[in-house]
Amino acid sequence: MKTNDIILQTVTKFTLFVIILFSIHLFFAGHYYPGGGFIGGLMTSGAIVLLLLAFDIKTVKMILPVDYLKVVAVGLLFAIGTGAGALFFDKPFLTHAYTYAYLPLLGKTSLHTAVLFDTGVFLVVIGVTMTIIQTIGESE
Amino acid sequence: MSLLHLAVLSPLLLAILIPFLHKYFKSIHTGWFLLPLPAVLFAYFLQFISTTGHGGTVMETVPWISSLGIDFTLKVDGLGLLFALLITGIGALVVLYSIYYLNPDKEKLNTFYVYLLLFMGAMLGVVLSDNLIVLYTFWELTSFSSFLLIGYWNDRERSRYGAQKSMLITVFGGLSMLAGILMLYIITGTFSISETIEMSNEVVNHPLFTATLILFLLGAFTKSAQFPFHIWLPDAMEAPTPVSAYLHSATMVKAGIYLVARMTPVFAHSGTWVWLVAGVGVITLFWGSFSAVKQTDLKAILAFSTVSQLGMIMSLLGAGAAALHYGTIEDGYYIVAVTAAVFHLINHATFKGSLFMVTGIIDHETGTRDIRKLGGLMNFMPITFTLAIIGTFSMAGIPPFNGFLSKEMFFTGMLRIAEMDIFNMDTWGILFPIIAWTASVFTFLYSMMYVFKTFMGKYQPEKLETKPHEAPIGMLISPVILASLVIIFGIFPNVLSHSIISPAMGSILPSLLENGEGFDVHISHWHGPTAELFMTIGVITIGILLYKFMPKWAGIYSKFPSRMSFNRFYDRGLELVELTSKNITRSYMTGFIRTYLVYIFTFFILALASTLIFKNAFKLDMSDVAPIRFFEVVLVLIMAISAITILFAKSRLTSIILLGAVGYTVALFFVLFRAPDLALTQLVIETVSVSLFLLAFYHLPQIRRNEERIRFRATNALISIGVGAIVTMIALSAHSNKIFGSISEYYVENTYKKAGGENMVNVILVDFRGFDTMFEITVLGIAALGIFAMIKLRLTRGKELDENK
Repeated sequence: MKTNDIILQTVTKFTLFVIILFSIHLFFAGHYYPGGGFIGGLMTSGAIVLLLLAFDIKTVKMILPVDYLKVVAVGLLFAIGTGAGALFFDKPFLTHAYTYAYLPLLGKTSLHTAVLFDTGVFLVVIGVTMTIIQTIGESE
Repeated sequence: MSLLHLAVLSPLLLAILIPFLHKYFKSIHTGWFLLPLPAVLFAYFLQFISTTGHGGTVMETVPWISSLGIDFTLKVDGLGLLFALLITGIGALVVLYSIYYLNPDKEKLNTFYVYLLLFMGAMLGVVLSDNLIVLYTFWELTSFSSFLLIGYWNDRERSRYGAQKSMLITVFGGLSMLAGILMLYIITGTFSISETIEMSNEVVNHPLFTATLILFLLGAFTKSAQFPFHIWLPDAMEAPTPVSAYLHSATMVKAGIYLVARMTPVFAHSGTWVWLVAGVGVITLFWGSFSAVKQTDLKAILAFSTVSQLGMIMSLLGAGAAALHYGTIEDGYYIVAVTAAVFHLINHATFKGSLFMVTGIIDHETGTRDIRKLGGLMNFMPITFTLAIIGTFSMAGIPPFNGFLSKEMFFTGMLRIAEMDIFNMDTWGILFPIIAWTASVFTFLYSMMYVFKTFMGKYQPEKLETKPHEAPIGMLISPVILASLVIIFGIFPNVLSHSIISPAMGSILPSLLENGEGFDVHISHWHGPTAELFMTIGVITIGILLYKFMPKWAGIYSKFPSRMSFNRFYDRGLELVELTSKNITRSYMTGFIRTYLVYIFTFFILALASTLIFKNAFKLDMSDVAPIRFFEVVLVLIMAISAITILFAKSRLTSIILLGAVGYTVALFFVLFRAPDLALTQLVIETVSVSLFLLAFYHLPQIRRNEERIRFRATNALISIGVGAIVTMIALSAHSNKIFGSISEYYVENTYKKAGGENMVNVILVDFRGFDTMFEITVLGIAALGIFAMIKLRLTRGKELDENK
């Protein structure tokens, strides 16, 4: 069923980065504007799916040699670790903390432990969607 | 977090390290890393004697789920301390023994020691927690870890069978106990054991009392292998011998005893408790000793012996509980029973522990445990023989060993039960001393069998796998220590009286003491020519006679129909359960997702519709509904048309695209209603799921419309219309029925203040309701694993089929 779809492939090569950059933007914007780990993760997986549609699964696997099940595991560790971290400060499980800091280039920035939690969500979402899509796709 | 909590949790913490230690220090036996822990814990717990010895207790709390009254409260009192010392003390000896018993080249030591540590921690938790729910949690952890330990050699079918059996029976008991705990909570309103004990009067007079009592006893009886739940213990002997020595003689099986002792102050004011505990105990005592005599495997003999000895301790606790029933210590005889229970608990741990280790040595050095093959080992293994003599003579109740002392006191207790007036005891009570005496004869008999058939008699080298020789010194240390304790406790029975036994009794019978007062325990060898002494003499005489003429009467064992045995009932029951559940499952699991959706949605309609109707919950209030705009009408039309077109689509591709259209329209709705987050999510989800559908396109079965008959399609239509109608009704009445103010105001106010974010949706997801999100992504992860496993497994199976061609 492989057709050499040159236009789609060329467009994909460019848009892929745009989509991924956008998803990262969505992820970081999450706390103040629409976005967050869930949407960001989905958007990234959308980008990879686009790659899958333009090229075939083997090529994509060569470009991104990632074991997505491990991504799920790491994501879960992030989420649970953030939650458990609060326990060390004698706070209930999953208590978040935040502060404001002046960072070079970025200026006044808010730093949240919620970002770590959201990173977990982000990774799990990518891992899960890509695991499902890859296993189903590979079984062809 | 106190040091005490750390002590209880330390085995679990060490368990995490064991795999790494095992991996990186291959040349060292993993057991050596373990050994310091129980030894240090033992020393740590010894310090508490100075407190508990004067009736004091140490209590430490870590808040856990305080709103539900569940806190991780640990309490060290006499009883808990006694058990903690047993667990850590015997634990250290068992670990030492196991280092020489388990060959590091052949066994998976890392898993073994992880299980053992899990067990040790769980057991400490059971005996030291003061909260019933915490106790229950640890209690089930002991069931699980013992399941793992029994099934340690999981390539053997008997091990798996034994592990499953112990798990099914003890977890059944555990769940009954949970029900009992909840009932007790209903009665008292607290999970704290100390507070429950103070409310014991209310407990006794509550209508739920008898049910609670029975449920608790089910937990205790299954754990302590009481008749007729004893059947799991002999099968549990498939575990490695150190495990048998530890779990099945010294600690886990005694958790049931512990529970009975711990709950005695709560329940014992009623005659039912005395009657049940003492009755079941004495039956177990008899049945265990009777069955032990017919065994030919050394470990099986010890297993049944443990069953019987546990029964003995149980019956003593029952007899002693009568003291609370009568509410007096003037009549010291009941106190004697409790003293005997505590004393025998210690004695049993010492002699049975050493005997299990002796059995392990025999097994290790000769390759068999069958007494028909063994014999004449005395000349080859003099030290082991001495240890066996000490252990068995103590078990048989022969002076001057410690078993004799507790047995004498046991007879006293049983003789007194005969005189009680609980439940017409004056007529039936006479059975107690009779059964107890008969059981003691059998106990004597199997003890003699154990030692003489193994070490005396004819040496049969042709039946043994290896030439027997004395065990290495390392394997002998632990049993030698235990056997010395047997002798020390036998000759100086009052070593432990004031430090250990009296405080433990204080915890069992607290209400009989004034503040700061302790039980005056004095154990002595010579009571004068009492009935108990003559009973012992009778036991020894009849026992020797029966042993001499064993071939003449042993035929009675074959008379007993094996078809009637409890094992048989258990096996048949298990088969029946499997068969029935298979049949039931087969009748509704068709393998078509369509069928399951029909079940789900039918249930959905029925449950919600009936709630709406019977609760009179449907309400329509259109007063504050926003006007419908033109765009919305258009979108609804698009959605409806696409949804209906799906039904008539001829190809799957069309259906997928139409479904996508419905999803994108929903996203547009979110845009209209100013929910950009939801719109974004919906859009991306829709995209990913449509492409997923397309990827899976080739795997989906062909659409075959004709297979569905008209009637079936009518049902489908009915169900879909029903679901639609119900959802609409719920949406409408949810809007009209606003009992509570909307929670969104809270989020609007606090999103920035408390979480420092401006996007409410995201803040709710990661902060306010972060717990939900955490579990949601966990579920997602599990789903991914499931799909991964399903598809990969199918692929490998296909490969195998190819190879078979």
